[in-house]
Amino acid sequence: MKASLTWLTFSAPPRFYALANAVNPWLWALTVALAVAGLYIGFFVAPTDATQGEAYRIIFIHVPAAWMSMVLYLAMAFWAAVGWMLNARMASTLARAIAPTGALFTFIALWTGAFWGKPTWGTWWVWDARLTSELILLFLYLGYIALVTSIDDLARGDKAGALLAIVGSINVPIIYFSVRWWNTLHQGATISLTTAPKMAQTMLLAMLIMTFAFWAYAFATVFTRAQALALERDADADWARKEML
Amino acid sequence: MNWASLSEFLSMKGYGLYVWGSYAVTAALLLVEPWLVRRHLRRARRGTTPLEH
Repeated sequence: MKASLTWLTFSAPPRFYALANAVNPWLWALTVALAVAGLYIGFFVAPTDATQGEAYRIIFIHVPAAWMSMVLYLAMAFWAAVGWMLNARMASTLARAIAPTGALFTFIALWTGAFWGKPTWGTWWVWDARLTSELILLFLYLGYIALVTSIDDLARGDKAGALLAIVGSINVPIIYFSVRWWNTLHQGATISLTTAPKMAQTMLLAMLIMTFAFWAYAFATVFTRAQALALERDADADWARKEML
Repeated sequence: MNWASLSEFLSMKGYGLYVWGSYAVTAALLLVEPWLVRRHLRRARRGTTPLEH
């Protein structure tokens, strides 16, 4: 029988495993190439900021990491929900694989934000809406990881994790709109679809290239972790035995 | 070119602690995580992953 390519094709763990093997070397190469280009433009082409001096160069990792922290959370909640509704194991495995990388980018957004806040606001941290909701995002990731790893029955762990991930996704729009809804030290959205960019073209370019670098990085790490989790989950299956040494 | 000398680049005109403090931690984490996931995959292929995963 000829296997046809449908949207469910890669929901079969062995097909996902093979796909990840094929694309991962390219994703790693893309990550390095984009990071080198983005950092070169960010440090050597983009001009000094008129008001913030050189401290603004933190933007090239801070904003991409903050975007990734939110996008990865939504991706995790989406795949957890798909896994729950369709009883698709690979989707649930993907949700589990996304969580640590999402938590990492959330931590990076908070860390680089603190190192940017100190020279520009005079403080490492304030309990305002943007910073607090981003910190809650970190706790949601950590709570999800703690929950799914503490339940021995994998299918039950997937369901409990999906519930937490879906309920917690309400926090993502709160983070995004927090700078509009509340008074905050944090500046408004960096990029808007409705207004012209407020920053120099080269600054914007470096930031977007770094965003794509983080995207490629996230795909590669998540795929690798999902491969490991899928192997552990199906350790007794024929396809897994073939991949094992 | 934004930098008159290497020392000016390294000091970030006074903001070195903040800029390099951000980049160093980010770089360290983004090097350690791939190393950890690849180790995780190697162990899964050998069937020796600790059970808590």
